[in-house]
Amino acid sequence: MKKLNRRQFIQRSGAFVAAASLPVSLVEIAFGKDHPQNFTFGFISDSHITHIKGKEFVRNWDQGLKRAVAEANLMDPKPDFIVYGGDLAQLGKPEEIDHALDMLSGLRAPVKYVMGEHDYYVDLGAHWRKRLGPDHYSFDHKGVHFIVLNSILTYKDWMHKNWKTGMDRMKQMARLDNPNGSPFMVGEEQRRWMKKDLAGVAHDTPVVVLSHSPLQKIYKGWNFWTEDAEKIHALLKPYKKATVLYGHVHQIQYNQIDNISFHSVMATAWPWPYPASYAQGVSHIPKLTVPMNRADPFFERDATGWQFINLHSGKVDLNYVLWENNKNRVVRFDPDKGHPVDTEYQDPAKRIPPQEHY
Amino acid sequence: MKKQRAQSTILKILSLGTAMSLTCAVWADEFTQEDLQRWNQEFMAAVKTGDKLFHGGLGNANTVSCDQCHPNGANTHPETYPKFQQQLGKVVTIGEMINWCIQNPLEGKPLALDDPKMVALQAYIYWERRNVPLQPGKH
Repeated sequence: MKKLNRRQFIQRSGAFVAAASLPVSLVEIAFGKDHPQNFTFGFISDSHITHIKGKEFVRNWDQGLKRAVAEANLMDPKPDFIVYGGDLAQLGKPEEIDHALDMLSGLRAPVKYVMGEHDYYVDLGAHWRKRLGPDHYSFDHKGVHFIVLNSILTYKDWMHKNWKTGMDRMKQMARLDNPNGSPFMVGEEQRRWMKKDLAGVAHDTPVVVLSHSPLQKIYKGWNFWTEDAEKIHALLKPYKKATVLYGHVHQIQYNQIDNISFHSVMATAWPWPYPASYAQGVSHIPKLTVPMNRADPFFERDATGWQFINLHSGKVDLNYVLWENNKNRVVRFDPDKGHPVDTEYQDPAKRIPPQEHY
Repeated sequence: MKKQRAQSTILKILSLGTAMSLTCAVWADEFTQEDLQRWNQEFMAAVKTGDKLFHGGLGNANTVSCDQCHPNGANTHPETYPKFQQQLGKVVTIGEMINWCIQNPLEGKPLALDDPKMVALQAYIYWERRNVPLQPGKH
């Protein structure tokens, strides 16, 4: 056998440590112990793969997606499927979407895709749909009804403004803090479709909505916002077990509005500040949320990651796999309190200095 | 005679001093609303330039821009500099941290600390953080 040098040894043992440290014992959807319908799924989002020129892509963002794919493949038991929460690309270029899908093809589980604004605004989703099919659909899995929405549409006036090129429109929407941007929405057509889709779903069925935008109104200045959020909430109102999982915000957020639990997922690319840290803005960050740690930029994967999800009695528990200096977090539905709680930090006395954002 | 000459020298020095201080006082006070407006315009022009550089105007080859991690300059905390940057093991100014970002996530070349581009970036970052109290050294 070839002798390993020190560097190779550290690299290889690093891989074993990563495998061993995944909290794999938590990955069951629990309808009850040993229930035949138990299952788990993974959730990867916001990779923002960026094409430079020719075959060159931004290394940093490639690394994030590759790591998520490698780690998701280590899950044991195997996830039934993986959800990809949107923003495969940075500027919606076919090169970016294709390169991201090449990397994701390494996943050993089927993938359900959600459209993000960075995938959409250059060609209004044409290349994405060509590769992946419809941008809104529903499916049932072991007693749970899943609805996938394209929630990054906007006002038609803005969308069909006199843009010189699709790329001009894309660059406007790609800039998060753009004062000339336009708010996200699901739109009437999809809401009509959703109403019809839900017509056949019993009110005691757990419903999980997969969306890129938050389906809440958090901070309009950065489009942490969905213009017709209340109308979607109304459609979900009859369901006792309703959950929304969303990407876009690159940070931990969770919330409870009436019967609906909301959870964001992490980006694999980079973290975003909480809107409250913008001194000139006013945000409505959910009061329940215990923030993730402030990112250390010297560790390029810090405050990024992916997650796996189980449904406890039809409500989700979110297991955040956080990279570098952020410890893994578990946000679980608490049936007594009727909302999600962080299993370690929810009590204000338990919070730690890195969770202070200013 | 000697005494008289000395007195007159003292007087001359005193009157020169008075004249100088009067002149300076007049100069210091003499700026107008128009001046203020122009100085503010000069500053806001630097903010505008900084805004453009911050949002993809640095021309770095990998195309990554400052606002991708720092929308509206958030999470840059200019009011806390200079501070002990624990990852660098020393007290640094915000200019040095801006250069760290340009060299690492942006994979670009650092700017001289008095480069007009560096000044403009700082003008933009501070402007977005206006009205926040100074907290030098805070982590």
